[in-house]
Amino acid sequence: MKLPLGTQRTLAEIGDISRFTWRFFQEWGKPRFEVQEFFRQCYMIGNRSLGLVAITGFILGLVMTIQSRPTMAQFGAEDWIPAMVAISIIREIGPVVIALICAGKIGSGIGAELGSMKVTEQIDAMEVSGTNPFKYLVVTRVWATTLMVPILVIFADFISLYGSYLAVNMRGVTSLALFTQQVVDSLVFSDVLPAFIKTFFFGFAIGIIGCYKGYTSSKGTEGVGLAANSAVVVASLMVFIIDLLAVQITDLLGLT
Amino acid sequence: MPMTPTSNSSDREVVLEVKHLYKSFGDNHVLKDFNIDLYRGENLVVLGKSGSGKSVLIKCIIGLLHPEQGEIRVLGKNVIGLDKEQLDRMRTRVGFLFQSNALYDSMTVRENLEFPLRRHGRDKSHSEVNDLVMESLVNVGLPHAVDLMPSELSGGMRKRIALARTMILKPEIMLYDEPTTGLDPITSKEINDLILKVQEIYKTSSIIISHDMGCVKYTANRVALLVEGRCFAAGSYEDLQAHTDPAVKGFFQ
Repeated sequence: MKLPLGTQRTLAEIGDISRFTWRFFQEWGKPRFEVQEFFRQCYMIGNRSLGLVAITGFILGLVMTIQSRPTMAQFGAEDWIPAMVAISIIREIGPVVIALICAGKIGSGIGAELGSMKVTEQIDAMEVSGTNPFKYLVVTRVWATTLMVPILVIFADFISLYGSYLAVNMRGVTSLALFTQQVVDSLVFSDVLPAFIKTFFFGFAIGIIGCYKGYTSSKGTEGVGLAANSAVVVASLMVFIIDLLAVQITDLLGLT
Repeated sequence: MPMTPTSNSSDREVVLEVKHLYKSFGDNHVLKDFNIDLYRGENLVVLGKSGSGKSVLIKCIIGLLHPEQGEIRVLGKNVIGLDKEQLDRMRTRVGFLFQSNALYDSMTVRENLEFPLRRHGRDKSHSEVNDLVMESLVNVGLPHAVDLMPSELSGGMRKRIALARTMILKPEIMLYDEPTTGLDPITSKEINDLILKVQEIYKTSSIIISHDMGCVKYTANRVALLVEGRCFAAGSYEDLQAHTDPAVKGFFQ
């Protein structure tokens, strides 16, 4: 039985991404370590996404609080808004939304950058100058996204909670100390840790997919656009798949 | 009738030899039993139509592409049998000027030039690196461009900077991939002058891939014509110009 062409292509792509990921694990521990490039990528990925992530987080907290207020008010549970928003944002919405933002911003950036380097023979130039382009370009970027996405998520969570605090104060007066106390009291270890751990996987997926799409893009300017576009699509999909798996694992471990 | 490119040059030192090289992409057999020798200190231009496999040939020589059959001996070592480390060592002695220049967009001109030095000249001090960068830039006539980004350079300047980057490790062999393609006649002439200057200053032996007859005439000590994957004819520019075969004459008319 012959599989449909679309299925064959998807399976082939999964195989290629798996091989690419395997190559990453083979290469990352070998010298030479591109420490300088790694820090440069951390700066580029982290610093350049900070504004977008901050705005997204702020709006997220603000909107969630405003939208949930009428429902909570019906049950006379307005006091519970800080706790509800904190749990929602820290456990689920913050990591997923920020990871999706990063998939769009960072994934497409890496895909386009490496794709354009491939088209203009810069990757070949690196190879002929005795540099391992996979280590220099891919390993550094994947490590940088793996470390920076969790930091961006934590940052966005705080900004989001501040947005929520401002929204709470639109229709009442709650001090920052009281708001913080309510947030901290509502959170337990099992809310924070699994959410934090999964952000590393989100970062890794965004990095590896962006690099794969760019590094293997076909020649031509059209290939660069396609690499950037499909990096976003596949990385976003991967974020949801990882989230689904993370929820299942957390559930199995009794951390829900 | 194909000529043997080495027929009357047996007394000169061969720095690069390509023997019975075969390379194909699927059903497209690009190189079929290709043979050529490069002698020390000469500029050998490989001439051929677009898509005839000229760039494939030099990419096989530098190890970016892997031929199916044949032997490529660079400075006495067979490239095809080398492992990654040996290949990297060999590449420090062979420079490659890409058709697209391949300057790193995210780096300044200085960083572009320092990049190969940081990889292969780690024992060099900061001032030595700086001196080498400036020397390379002076040789291509662009010392003032040191802090510019590649996006701020014109096509001709980019080509010169790419050449400076390639020459910074002082390679013994240079491979030029269509160095004058896409440049205006005046800039092409400047690049041709630079190729001759590089040959004179650094005593390099070069393979120049081109179908620009101005470049061929100006830079070549010897010309090899690549037709249907083989070295169809080789000799001086004048020898080939006087050739009677229509496949050769077509280039010189």
